[in-house]
Amino acid sequence: MTQPETLETLGRAADTPEPLVSVRRLRKRFALHPERLLPWRFDRRQRGWRRERIHAVNGVDLDIQRGDALCVVGESGCGKSTLARLIMGLVTPSDGEVHYDGRRIDHLNARQWQPFRRRMQMIFQNPYASLNPRLTVRQALEEPVRIHHPDWSRDRVGAKVETLMADVGIDSGWGDRFAHEFSGGQRQRIAIARALSVDPEFVVADEPVSALDVSVQAQVLNLMMDAQASHRLTYLFITHDLAVVEHFATRVAVMYLGTICELADADTLFAHPRHPYTRALLAASPRLDDAFPGQLRLSGELSMPLQAPSGCVFRDRCPHANRRCREAAPTPITLDRGHQVACHAVEEGRI
Amino acid sequence: MKQDRAGTETRWRRFGDSYFVYRLRRDRLAQLCLALFVLMMASILAAPWIAPSNPYDLAQIDLLDSELPPFWLAGSEPGFPLGTDAQGRDLLSTILYGARVSIAIGLGAVMLQAMLGTALGLLAGYRGGVIDTLLMRLVDIQLSFSTLMMAIIIGAVVKTAFGGAFYGDYGVVILILVIGLSEWPQYARTVRAKVLVEKHKDYVDAARVLGYSGRRIMLRHILPNTLSPILVISTVQIANAIMAEAALSFLGLGMPETQPSLGSLIKSGFDYLQSGSWWITLLPGLFLVAFVLVVNLLGDWLRDTLNPRLPEGPL
Repeated sequence: MTQPETLETLGRAADTPEPLVSVRRLRKRFALHPERLLPWRFDRRQRGWRRERIHAVNGVDLDIQRGDALCVVGESGCGKSTLARLIMGLVTPSDGEVHYDGRRIDHLNARQWQPFRRRMQMIFQNPYASLNPRLTVRQALEEPVRIHHPDWSRDRVGAKVETLMADVGIDSGWGDRFAHEFSGGQRQRIAIARALSVDPEFVVADEPVSALDVSVQAQVLNLMMDAQASHRLTYLFITHDLAVVEHFATRVAVMYLGTICELADADTLFAHPRHPYTRALLAASPRLDDAFPGQLRLSGELSMPLQAPSGCVFRDRCPHANRRCREAAPTPITLDRGHQVACHAVEEGRI
Repeated sequence: MKQDRAGTETRWRRFGDSYFVYRLRRDRLAQLCLALFVLMMASILAAPWIAPSNPYDLAQIDLLDSELPPFWLAGSEPGFPLGTDAQGRDLLSTILYGARVSIAIGLGAVMLQAMLGTALGLLAGYRGGVIDTLLMRLVDIQLSFSTLMMAIIIGAVVKTAFGGAFYGDYGVVILILVIGLSEWPQYARTVRAKVLVEKHKDYVDAARVLGYSGRRIMLRHILPNTLSPILVISTVQIANAIMAEAALSFLGLGMPETQPSLGSLIKSGFDYLQSGSWWITLLPGLFLVAFVLVVNLLGDWLRDTLNPRLPEGPL
């Protein structure tokens, strides 16, 4: 179903290598009141019955190359986490496709997913919830190794677990302790070890440091970067912390209300942000070398994406919005070096 | 070996330092209940060795000893500390043996309920969708029948189909089945509610991402985290099952008089209440009430201990 024109709008040159993960026109709608018998509600203004749904992810196109650390940034509720869960198959998409290493994976059943579970792993935001409170560290790490290598001997599994614990800096003498006996940073290390236990090549990290103390955030980030080098990992890193992005990312995707508005190499994005939302985002994060803090102020709130938006999703808060922005959704255009921006104003050269 | 012993010692010390023991040390009522419970269970389990006579052994029963009063009344005999029933059986022995039957039925029925209810609740909560809807409607239907009505119907059908002798031989099994099959919805509902909470925690998602099978996630990851509510309702359910058994026996649908449970003992003495032999009904009745009360109080205490966030006092 991949249409040639979509590929062209993505600006994929013929010589770029096959991406490890590619996402095409991905959409996810959630029922607003799933417990209701009837999902429809009468809309007085439009005089009709309307299905109440949240459009969490709204037609996202994304390619992740091998070796990338792609950071997805955006405000709370912009659909970053849903995107991560869609890619990992924890949520089934309403529409669109997810390809992994050339194979479509969004419609697979549990058995068909199994080979990909070894190659793709996930690290969760809250290390207090992502470790089973009834398992010791060793049990939590042995289980995935056993399941994915049923032919391994006990000693071999044990040795693998020891290596994993050493890799993430957890003393192997602590193997018989439970998760609640550790601090947040240590728990996140254990969660990272668990993700690495199946030797994945692609790791999705959903805000892995935002629940941690600031003093240990850097340690955990460095651990993840070391793991990237030693295991040759590709990362999809969800965050809202721009400092983390600068530290970690090779490429950055900026999301707003379920769509990607700008996608570029990290250096390019921080040096030359093009999309008005990206500019506002960068201006909003305090910096030591910033002479003019708070130049751009956005008014209003992130609106509830109850209806699939017409026009640009950012139009209500954008200082450059005009009539075209209200009527037609912008398609991403490619500037130099794979820098993609979805904005009419940039396309027309207004900003 | 030495290391093993050290491990056991630290485990004991850890148990001694636990919140559980701390709460127990501070709660006089819980201590009293636990002591009574242990005493009752010990004497019930040791009945063949400590009971003055064996009420199932017809050779030891003499009809001339019937309706003797307990020791503090005039006319009592030293061999029968709590008096005798209408057939000349020693009442203390009969209570101890009867309590064995009652508790066996209670435990068996609760195990059956727990297995059935937990399995179905886990399935409904984890799978959701159509399975959930179907199972929960089944629970609603089941709850709209009373246990007593179910038991009367099943008991009457079995009695007419296989005869009273069969019912006498397999009374324990039939009562376990009747009480177990009619009270599982309690477990199913509780477990489902807890599973719905646990299922949305990240560790379940992590297990899914690691490619564990649904069965593995349910049994090894979610089930251990639902155990504390299961434990708590089990105490209440054991008391309920023993009472249900007593009620059924009292109505003549329970254990036969040759192998009496507490309920059938109460019933058999009921006919002699008017003729002055009140102890045949009252003493097993008191024992039953005391046992159920102790189990219920312990269950409440256990709930408060396992869920320290609940407010104090009855809910």
